[in-house]
Amino acid sequence: MLVLGPIAFAAPWVLTALAVLPVLWLILRAVPPAPRRRRFPGVMLLLGLRDDETQSDRTPWWLLLLRMLAVAAVILAFAGPILNPRTAAEPGRGPLLILLDGTWADARDWAARIDRVEAALGEASRTARPVSIAVTTDLPAGGAEFQAADAWRSRLASLAPAPWAADPDTLAGWTRAQPDGFDTLWLSDGLAREGRDDALAALQDKGRVRIFESPRAVLALRPPVYLDGLIEITALRARESGALQVPVAAMGLDPTGAERMLAQTEASFAPGARQAELSLSLPAELRNRITRFEITGGRSAGAVSLTDDALRRREIALIAGREDREGLQLLSPLHYLEQALEPNADLIDGDIADILQANPDVIVLADVARLTGAETEDIADWIDRGGLLLRFAGPRLAAADLTDDAAAVLLPVRLRAGGRTVGGAMSWGEPKALRPFPETSPFYGLDIPAEVTVTSQVLAQPDPDLPERVIAALADGTPLVTRQRLGAGQIVLFHVTANAEWSTLPLSGLFVQMLERLSVAARVGTETAEDLAGTTWQAVEHLDAFGVLAPAGMSEGLDGSTLLASSVGPALPPGLYASEDQRRAVNVIGAETELAPMVWPAGVPVEGLEVARETRLAGPLLVLALGLMVADVVASLLLSGLLGLRRTGTAMVLLAGLLLSGPGPLHAQDADLLPVDEAAAIQAISEVVLAHVITGNPAVDDTARAGLHGLSRTLFARTSVEPGPPVAVDLETDELAFFPVLYWPVTPDQPRPSSEAYARLNRYLRGGGMILFDTRDADLAAMGSETANTRKLQDLARPLDIPPLEPVPEDHVLTRTFYLLQDFPGRHARGPLWVEAAPPDAERVEGMPFRNLNDGVTPVVIGSNDWAAAWAMDGQGRPMFPVGRGYAGERQREMAYRFGINLVMHVLTGNYKSDQVHVPALLDRLGQ
Amino acid sequence: MTSDPASSTARSGLRRDGEALAAPLPPLLADAEHLASTMLLGDHGRRRPGMGEEFWQYRPAMANDEARLIDWRRSARSDMLYVREKEWQAAQSVVLWVDGSQSMGFTSGKYPPKGDRARMLAMAIAILLLRGGERVGLTGQAVPPRRGDIQLLRIADGLLGADDAGADFGAPDVRGILPKSRALFISDFMGPLVEVEAALTEAADLGVRGALLQVLDPAEEAFPYDGRTVFESMGGGLRHETLEAGGLRDRYLDRLADRKARLSELARITGWQMLTHHTGDSAQSALLWLYGALERRR
Repeated sequence: MLVLGPIAFAAPWVLTALAVLPVLWLILRAVPPAPRRRRFPGVMLLLGLRDDETQSDRTPWWLLLLRMLAVAAVILAFAGPILNPRTAAEPGRGPLLILLDGTWADARDWAARIDRVEAALGEASRTARPVSIAVTTDLPAGGAEFQAADAWRSRLASLAPAPWAADPDTLAGWTRAQPDGFDTLWLSDGLAREGRDDALAALQDKGRVRIFESPRAVLALRPPVYLDGLIEITALRARESGALQVPVAAMGLDPTGAERMLAQTEASFAPGARQAELSLSLPAELRNRITRFEITGGRSAGAVSLTDDALRRREIALIAGREDREGLQLLSPLHYLEQALEPNADLIDGDIADILQANPDVIVLADVARLTGAETEDIADWIDRGGLLLRFAGPRLAAADLTDDAAAVLLPVRLRAGGRTVGGAMSWGEPKALRPFPETSPFYGLDIPAEVTVTSQVLAQPDPDLPERVIAALADGTPLVTRQRLGAGQIVLFHVTANAEWSTLPLSGLFVQMLERLSVAARVGTETAEDLAGTTWQAVEHLDAFGVLAPAGMSEGLDGSTLLASSVGPALPPGLYASEDQRRAVNVIGAETELAPMVWPAGVPVEGLEVARETRLAGPLLVLALGLMVADVVASLLLSGLLGLRRTGTAMVLLAGLLLSGPGPLHAQDADLLPVDEAAAIQAISEVVLAHVITGNPAVDDTARAGLHGLSRTLFARTSVEPGPPVAVDLETDELAFFPVLYWPVTPDQPRPSSEAYARLNRYLRGGGMILFDTRDADLAAMGSETANTRKLQDLARPLDIPPLEPVPEDHVLTRTFYLLQDFPGRHARGPLWVEAAPPDAERVEGMPFRNLNDGVTPVVIGSNDWAAAWAMDGQGRPMFPVGRGYAGERQREMAYRFGINLVMHVLTGNYKSDQVHVPALLDRLGQ
Repeated sequence: MTSDPASSTARSGLRRDGEALAAPLPPLLADAEHLASTMLLGDHGRRRPGMGEEFWQYRPAMANDEARLIDWRRSARSDMLYVREKEWQAAQSVVLWVDGSQSMGFTSGKYPPKGDRARMLAMAIAILLLRGGERVGLTGQAVPPRRGDIQLLRIADGLLGADDAGADFGAPDVRGILPKSRALFISDFMGPLVEVEAALTEAADLGVRGALLQVLDPAEEAFPYDGRTVFESMGGGLRHETLEAGGLRDRYLDRLADRKARLSELARITGWQMLTHHTGDSAQSALLWLYGALERRR
């Protein structure tokens, strides 16, 4: 074997072939490229032309060089080059102890450590040294057993790191207990730990000690902290080296239950810093799903931080004392609460019995005075178990008779009876501001904005307990917020309303901050060890040293105080523990853990972990030669003119494609979305387009299409609505949102749409769409008899979200959106027309021609007059079906068109013509 | 006429293509300048007064009309004297020569061989001329100029059968050309120019006028070759080797331009017309030019 620096050759004699290269150069240089024969009639014109002297008939030097390099690469490859040939030997003789730290910090490059141990075993077997292997986290009870190195090889696979560190006393004691006379090879994880120096000193007494450390950075994550809506994460590293970016991923279950990465961010270590902080802002829904944070690629228990209930969203139930009146949203007692709480909490509403089943963290009662005895008891129970009842005052509470004990039990203070409201009785000169919060108040430290004033409040009865229950007061000392603890829970009463009627508090940021303080107080995760004493915790999942979670199986329960007090070790393996419905994570890295590099005493040799590996270079050299030959082929073709320049480009691209090609990313089709034909969609939304539903009956469909065509033409001619060609819509496959109105002729035999289609139809109706149902049988359906079409319509419309209907009243906006109409004939004249019923309280104002009816557009119009047949036009604009007889029939057709125009106008303009602004003009026209 | 099925399909294909190409143009009446000495009266009227058998028109007699020309029967019916004119009936003879040598079989790949284009143009012009009532034939003795539809089949056969296989380059054949008639030579004129010169001189001596149509492949105009190449004529009779074909391009193009200029010059001297047509261009344009070149000038 020939060794040249870091490279050795297995077959050096092959290298003599390199001497042939110059000869090859000369030969190749002498041979010009082969000619190409070409038939060409113009050859007579070429006869006698001589080549320019400047044109080289020789292969260009760079092509020769390319070929030479290819040949040289082949020769070198066959000479068997090896990078970093292994020749060095391990120093020393006598027994050898190989000591591995075996902590979580070792896990990331555990395989490399095992390789290193294997290398050491190989050398020991060559020099016939007896060897013992020990892991500090799992020390052999009987002391180090020295055996032949080969005997250890088979046992290497069973060595594994533990997700904790060795107990310092145990380690020092064990090392001291070993017999004298062995060398030690200590594979350390590189972290400063207690008791290392003792163990090192003990080992140095026995013989020579060599230390091996991994040069890779040890990374760890502290448990995330939830603060002000942000998740604060701290990443740690052991060495203060240069700037480093570490990807941190939040893992959790997606809605399908599969684990995936929910968020990813980067922690940036500044040069020389051992900590990197980052904060993550996640939607609460995502935050709830997170099960752990990890450093991507960290592969150790320290790089994983399990999360528990501390990041969970709170459930808050809101109950208001009075029914909301429509349209008075800003006066709703719950509006400001919803706005304040919605971002951070799950809001529940319902009645009290249902809500208590859900066991929320907080129940808010806004101006609720009356609770039944059973409800009171249930709520009191719930508070006893740790609930927070948040009450707001209001006119009802102020007016209620709260003297009896049953009503007062859920109030922190006794309120003055008799419906006193402060505004009247105390005759305040001006609204009162808030007094700064006392130190005992949970609100202590919050800034009070000057604009927060209170104009009314409910007053507490003077009471010996009153002062200690007040946690916020007005400038004159009257209580604003009072609190009473009840069992594990508490009751908090705001003496003002939750809306802005009595005070400006809900309008200010202070309100949100106060709510946060109160809700935070109710959050799990800040208990001390005493709080947990006596509870029993069962391990659900264990975290191994590599940062992999595994089900814990059966194990004995731990006391809650152990959970918080003791550190991670064999008695408390890291993982997820559960008690009742609470979950608590035990992480390898605690909130205060610091990582520091181990500083070994001078004189102890410390070496890097990696062993220079042998690398055979024959393969890469052959690949290089092949690549050069391919390049030679392309270049030769180029030179001989066999490739036109343009084709060369193509060939190069093809070649590059071949070399670089891998399976490209497949475009996954999004299953949730309907595949929308883009061209059709663009056409449909660039104009107003009328649409009809495909019934499957060709005659009916053709008539519907022709009818909409006729109506579109009429609209185009008479109004500013200029529709495009009508479209047939398949309910199962087409997007409905593009069409303002759907004409749906009913046939007895049409298929019932699928439930997905109904879902989309309902979405369409709720989104402001309108469906005109036409049973087309007013001739048969007269006298109230039920026809097949009517039954089919009932069947079709049952799953639809349709409000109560009524026959169109004579003052409905449909009668005046464009034309003034009294009836709505199609091919039949007498069928009734049904629209959404007017609200029951709509009344005609004296002197007004019509009532102020529904806001918005009626979602369905149902009739039987076969309008499409009356509207239908052929390509020349001639009516396709006869309507009525003679002039009267044409008049009826005209009325049908007018109905169609009014309908489209109604859809497009909504209740515009309902507006009383138009009354004078309409009155004027009606008067004529 | 042959009964070989392959030949008959080729013939019908050639005729079909020629018909398609000629379809947009009206029947072509070839220029017959030296009518008095040309020959053969045909029965096809030329829509103008002249020598013929069919009545054309009565016109008022002029002072210089001879008395015997007056048509007394017509004149007796009015107060004026009338002359009875006959329609000018004359047919011109047009002979075609299409180069059938191997050189015409060349194609650079994308376009049809030059020979195909040449034959199709010849066929189209023959169709137009025959529709106009002219006599059309091929040079040589095989297909002398005649009239009628049946002549089309003979011409198509003659064009397809004329492959003088073996010869690298063709030379115009002036046998069978009637004096004072018209002629059309279609070739690539890539062979020795001396023969062309001789043929044209001979034709000019006979008082024959006509047109030269040079059909070239675009590759012959562009010379898109590079690298070491051996060029051979289509029959293999000539060869030229070069080490760098790209280096010859400019000189080749110069020589080609010289040759075209020489042909134009020859044509000008002998009163012929000349056009270079490329197979990459539309056949229609060449046909239009031919139409113009052979059309009777008023």
